[in-house]
This record gives sequence, structure tokens and C-alpha cells, in this order.
Amino acid sequence: MQLDPKPIGLLAAICVVGGAAWAEPDEDQLTINDELAIVTEAAAPAHMEYVNTIYSGWRFRSDETQAVQMDDFDNPGMLGVENALVNWDTAEGSAGQSCSGCHGAAEEMAGVRAVYPKWNEEKGMVTTLEMEVNNCRETRMGAEKWKYTGGDMTDMVALISSVSRGMPVSVAIDGPAQETWEKGKELYYTRTGQLELSCANCHEDSYGQMIRADHLSQGQINGFPTYRLKNTKLNSVHARFKGCVRDTRAETFSPGSPEFIALELYVASRGNGLSVEGPSVRN
Amino acid sequence: MASGVKPRVKVPKSAAAGDIITIKTLISHKMESGQRKDDDGNIIPRSIINRFTAEFNGQNVIDVVLEPAISTNPFFEFEAVVPEAGEFKFTWYDDDGDVYETAKQIALS
Amino acid sequence: MDLTRRNFIALGSGTFALATMSALPAFANLTDDAIAELTGGAALGEGGVTLNAPEIAENGNTVPIGVDAPGAVEISLYADGNPVPNVATFRFGPLSASRSASTRIRLAKTQNVVAVAKMEDGSFQMAKAEVKVTIGGCGG
Repeated sequence: MQLDPKPIGLLAAICVVGGAAWAEPDEDQLTINDELAIVTEAAAPAHMEYVNTIYSGWRFRSDETQAVQMDDFDNPGMLGVENALVNWDTAEGSAGQSCSGCHGAAEEMAGVRAVYPKWNEEKGMVTTLEMEVNNCRETRMGAEKWKYTGGDMTDMVALISSVSRGMPVSVAIDGPAQETWEKGKELYYTRTGQLELSCANCHEDSYGQMIRADHLSQGQINGFPTYRLKNTKLNSVHARFKGCVRDTRAETFSPGSPEFIALELYVASRGNGLSVEGPSVRN
Repeated sequence: MASGVKPRVKVPKSAAAGDIITIKTLISHKMESGQRKDDDGNIIPRSIINRFTAEFNGQNVIDVVLEPAISTNPFFEFEAVVPEAGEFKFTWYDDDGDVYETAKQIALS
Repeated sequence: MDLTRRNFIALGSGTFALATMSALPAFANLTDDAIAELTGGAALGEGGVTLNAPEIAENGNTVPIGVDAPGAVEISLYADGNPVPNVATFRFGPLSASRSASTRIRLAKTQNVVAVAKMEDGSFQMAKAEVKVTIGGCGG
């Protein structure tokens, strides 16, 4: 892998300032509510050339932060799930239907989160969970679309994730989804912005190291939507991508854009084998 | 009613007389501290839950005065003695005058 | 267990949790005043209240804190580096089983968290812990 000298100097500076401490992900095990075992470590999927083991972001957080996620009562992300449960049962739109009217109980959605983003044959493109929720709302419920990264949508995606917790992430990267996946992979490895950083520079080359006082994770999204202590609310994948790209001091992409759909598919595939964990608690 | 404020409490369903139980409470509230500024540079006024009380069959368990340094979605964990079967009552008081309440029954085992 | 920086800090945090010290250090003025208001200037004993706080806060927005003072009537919490030092006051009623409580607080920067317990006999106990609040990541 090529390493340009100029940006590596910057990266080295960041590492040196951070104490250049190699702090591996810890050894803790995650069980939620004393009963639901979550896989936070797995052999890296075959398509990842430079990583042997994949770790959930949970493993990089402090003991106190980890503890907050281990109990559904303590986890403030579950407040969003509760909000979504109300919406789940509320009839909306011209068809007078609620989500539960067609889908039944929210638990019936188990397995859905684990395979998204996914190729949608009807639409001829890869779609994300958010897109499918809005698709249902518009075409089947006759209701208004929700804002892609808004509270209602993120709460609903958290609900749909929560009923898949413990199931292995398993997004398809071949067949009709392959082209999108390749695009996402290219984005992952492309340096952008004034800081000329790619996702890989931090999350593949430098995971486990400190960036200032933050313990860098592998940037997995198996735990999304995530309740961030930093903004005390649930955050969606595209909202996080947008922030990360902006932090390289680049013109960032929009939530729901083709770039972020492709990137989400690729990043999700880097977590194939970890358990669905959302809503998680992170920094 | 300040919008979207939802209280949640975790209380065991039953306990033996005299048992000590752990109670957890969480309420979704922004806890606007009064330190933040809006885009025009004006201070966003403070608006927080300023008090939380827990009672059992009319007797006080805990009474908490909250300041803006309590995090968003105030969380409390504490212990109570259960002398008999009855009802826990939890009350949160908002700066804006709203009062949020929830109650939980506990049986004797 | 490898002696990584993370583990070393975890080993050290046990001593911080008990926060017993022989000499009382100087507090920030506002906090001194707030505590004096509570105690009326009475002496502050040590060892009667336990303060559980992380040595390093993952994020200053949400820091888990616990206080425990057997025999206390109330426990007041202060943060001496916050714009306003008062954090919370826990008053224990007749059905409180232990004089203890946990919550999550905001810390603006690295500072001392101080717990002052008022005991049944009217005396006061104090514990203090330094919590490091850090800036992480790219600022995102």
C-alpha cells in the first residue's frame, strides 16, 4: 500500500501528540441485560486484505461507557426505540395504515437490519434501511417522508436494529450489489480534504492508537444508530459519515447520497460477522 | 408540557418485606444548561429538570435537587427499603413549571 | 494482564475512588463559597463519604458519578471547574436503604468533583476526586 510522505508526517504528528500509545481493544465481553450475547470480535471477512480481526467499536470505549450499553434501561438510546414503538403503532397517511398494520409486531423485523444495505430489485439500486422506511411511508402509507437523519427516522432505524441484536451482520457484496460495493471501497481508501485523510488512514492503519485522547476504533457501523455521549442523542450512519468527511476539511456528501449509500454498504461489509448491536453507546 | 419528555423507571415487581431494592430512573429531557449560545450569539436560556423525588406509600425515599451540570436525560440510581406492598411514586419538576409523574406497584413476595 | 496504559490507569483508578488525603488542597473560590454556604464554615472530615468517579472521562458531557455516605442525611456534589460549581444535592428520606446514589454529570474540563455529606449529627464529611476531561478525535 502506497504511503505518501507528506500526509504520513501529519499522521505521525497526530500519533506523537497522542502519546503514540498502542492501546489494543480491551478484552471485555458484551452481554446485554445479562442474557443477550453480542459478538464483538471476529475473523475479518475475506475481502479485507489488511486486517485479520474485526472488532466492534464497543471494545475501544472506557469501562464506564461500555457499562451504559449493557443494560437496556441504562442505555439512553433505548429512549429512541421507545419513541419509535409509538410511531410503529400509529396510523399515518392517506392509507390509514401504521407500520404494525402490515409488519405486525416490531420483533417480526428481526433479521432485517443485519442484511442492509441491500440491492433492491424493483428500484434497481442498493437501498439503505432509511430509504426503505421512507419508501414504505410514501408509496404504501401515503405519508410524508421523514428527514433522512432526523429524530423520527433515526429512532425508527434504532428500533429495527434493536430487534436484530445478537444476529451476525451479513450484507451481500456480490451480484447486483457488487458495483456499488466497489464504489464504496474506492471511497473508503481515497484521501480527501485539506487533511488528506481517507477512512482507512485512521480506521484501518491506525485503529487502537490514540487520536488526541480518543481511542480510535475500526469505524465499524454494526452498532448504529449510536447514542453518542458527545451530543447525547442517537446518530445515524450517514450523519456520522458526513461529520467524519467534514473533519478531514473536505466538502462533505449528503445523507442519502449515492456516495454515502455505497460507503455504507462497504463499511457494513467490513463488519460481516460481528453482531448487530444498535442502538449502541459510544463517545 | 415540554415536548418529548418521557419518564422511565426500573423497579422490581416484588420483594420480601424489609428487602433493599435498587431503583433506576431515566427521564428524556434536554437539560438546557443556560451556558450555550444560539447562532446569533444570544444565550439560550436555562431550562432543566430542577428536582426529582421518589416516594413509597407517601413516605420519602430520596429528594434530589438538580443543577444544569446534570447530563441530558437525567439518570438516577438509588436504593430503597420495602416495608410492605404498595406504590412507588416518582416526580420530576421542570423549570417551566411542568411536573412529570410515574408510579410503579410492588408486591410482597 | 498486559501493563498497557489503559490497564495502568484502571489499576490507579481504585485509589482515586476513595479519595482520602491528608492535606486539604485549595479549591476554586466559587466552590469554597458554595461549600461554606452549606456547612456554615464547619470543619470537613474525611473518610465518611465515598466518591466514585472515573479517572478519565470518555466525554465531559456525560460522566458517571456515584456517592455513598453511610449515616448521611444529605450529600451535595460540586464540580470546581464548571461555570457554576453546584451539581446536585441528594436528600435521603426515611425509606432510603443506603445513603448512596449514582447519576451522570457534565464536566466542562479537567477538574475536581467534590462530595460533601451532612451527617445525622450535623457534622460534615468530604471526598474529592480529580476527573480528567479530554478532547478526542478530529473534533467531529
